[in-house]
Amino acid sequence: MTAALLFLGALMLGSAILAFTRRNLIHSALLLILTWSSVAGFYLWAGAEFIAFAQLLIYVGAVSMIVLFAVLLTRRSLEDPLAAPAPRSRRVGAVLAGGAVAGVLVATVLGTPSAPAAASAPMLTVKQIGLQLMSAHAASLLVVGVILTVALIGATVIAATDRTPGKEDQP
Amino acid sequence: MSATLLSFYRSLLAGDSPALATEPFLERAPLELRDWFVQLLPAPLQWLVHSLISIAAILAIFGFFFAFLTIAERKLLGRLQNRLGPNRAGLPWAKNLKLFGLTQPFADAVKALTKEDIVPANADKLLHFLAPVVVCGFSLTTFAVLPFGREIIPVDLDAAVLYFFAAGSATELAIFMAGWSSRNKYSLLAAMRALAQLISYELPLLLSTVPVVLLAGTLSTREIVLAQGGWTFGVIPHWNILTPWGAAGFMIFLVSALAETNRSPFDLPEAESELIAGHLTEYSGFKYALFFMAEYFGMTALCGLGVTLFLGGWQAPCAFLEFIPSYAWFGAKLCLLILGLIWIRGTLLRLRIDQLTRLSWKFLVPLALINLANAAFWSLTADLPLPGRIVRWLVALALVAIPFVTLGRRLSAGLAPRTYRYAP
Repeated sequence: MTAALLFLGALMLGSAILAFTRRNLIHSALLLILTWSSVAGFYLWAGAEFIAFAQLLIYVGAVSMIVLFAVLLTRRSLEDPLAAPAPRSRRVGAVLAGGAVAGVLVATVLGTPSAPAAASAPMLTVKQIGLQLMSAHAASLLVVGVILTVALIGATVIAATDRTPGKEDQP
Repeated sequence: MSATLLSFYRSLLAGDSPALATEPFLERAPLELRDWFVQLLPAPLQWLVHSLISIAAILAIFGFFFAFLTIAERKLLGRLQNRLGPNRAGLPWAKNLKLFGLTQPFADAVKALTKEDIVPANADKLLHFLAPVVVCGFSLTTFAVLPFGREIIPVDLDAAVLYFFAAGSATELAIFMAGWSSRNKYSLLAAMRALAQLISYELPLLLSTVPVVLLAGTLSTREIVLAQGGWTFGVIPHWNILTPWGAAGFMIFLVSALAETNRSPFDLPEAESELIAGHLTEYSGFKYALFFMAEYFGMTALCGLGVTLFLGGWQAPCAFLEFIPSYAWFGAKLCLLILGLIWIRGTLLRLRIDQLTRLSWKFLVPLALINLANAAFWSLTADLPLPGRIVRWLVALALVAIPFVTLGRRLSAGLAPRTYRYAP
């Protein structure tokens, strides 16, 4: 039980650290995907199989594709690492942004009252999760749906180009 | 792994399901055999062996199924194209015995194993090696949640349908790894094309399964099959395909499954007669065979899911045919569905990439969404008297058929009929 948790934690952290240190962006992306999969493994370990499979389906199946496509389409060459050291302004910005996120996370973790450990882990069926989502959390579900739809439409608008058909496009 | 899982296995060992004892002998024979073997071992090993046997059974059965599927496909395609197909491979120690060439798959396996494995000098060696392993491994894990019989289901998960698609989604990753690690422009481009196809058809595939989940009220494959049990007048089964939304869902599912598994007419990622081999250009020997194997495993698993969701799983078609064991029915339906796919491969022409994506986004996705609303209508009008039921059936049929016809007409406007001009 604990050994499995330790193994998952090592996999998660190890692949995340390796992803930072790789010069090759594709390797970094693939290692990041390994991190997401080990997070799914952790959910499975914790007994939340629905979340685990959803994590696999969404992160390993979908988000990974977005990351890989983004890497392939934005880099001119796959091998050109960021050779020049980052300028000072960028470093300061990175530290500020990272520090802000870390601060918020730490404050949230410390601010949350630790619940007394339940005697047994609650075994929720998918049906119960669905009913919870559709009743108590229906508003947040709707908001998430709207945000995703807006993102989708925005992506289509950006991607669609008004190219007038040229002579070679004629059938 | 975890304590809950362990206790789950223990409970399995303790008495299996209580209903098992009352089943007919043929129905429980495989499970009795497994339990008898497990009992022979020392107690601490039992839960491990219990699951290892399931894994070994899946590997053996679907390994041989794959082997004979290839020869069946080659023979059937040969027949469809008015030739004989492979019929020479016999047994090495009996030269006169031809056996209709049934030993061909073993000859193919030996050939694939002994071929030289060429890795490009500049390839990313690790990823190049990992890609076939990942694709084969994950396509095998999808078999775990299929209910092969009344009591035969390797892992009975609560979120089984979700698990199936989660395990299947790693194929995309493997295709990318294969294309990118080959260090070959054509491989990379072909991998991108293949990914575009897979992503496009994932959506209708998932959407076509949602109505089934909606009506059954569960994601568990075992319960979805149980929900399709029963017969009207003892001869008309209550399978999902015999309802308007089920028929439409099954058609969408079948087309998307064809595309997801790179089957003809959607086999353009590795169009044999046009491209070299797409993202598999730089693969040879057993690695290529592994990709090939994974494709067939994926096809078999998707057909198995189609049987489970729409064709009643292991349920017999008529009440008086129930004496035949349930796993035989599952196998028969699976074989029929796969033979249908081979027939389609021998009949239809390959699509172009723009036609392929257009078919998905402009036709299948809207139809699947409409079908979802149709299924919601069906579930809201569940308990009606008989005249109401007939009206409901007709309304649901109209809800499927009218969008299908209008959308199809609009999309194919100006495309037909084709005019052929011949040289004088």
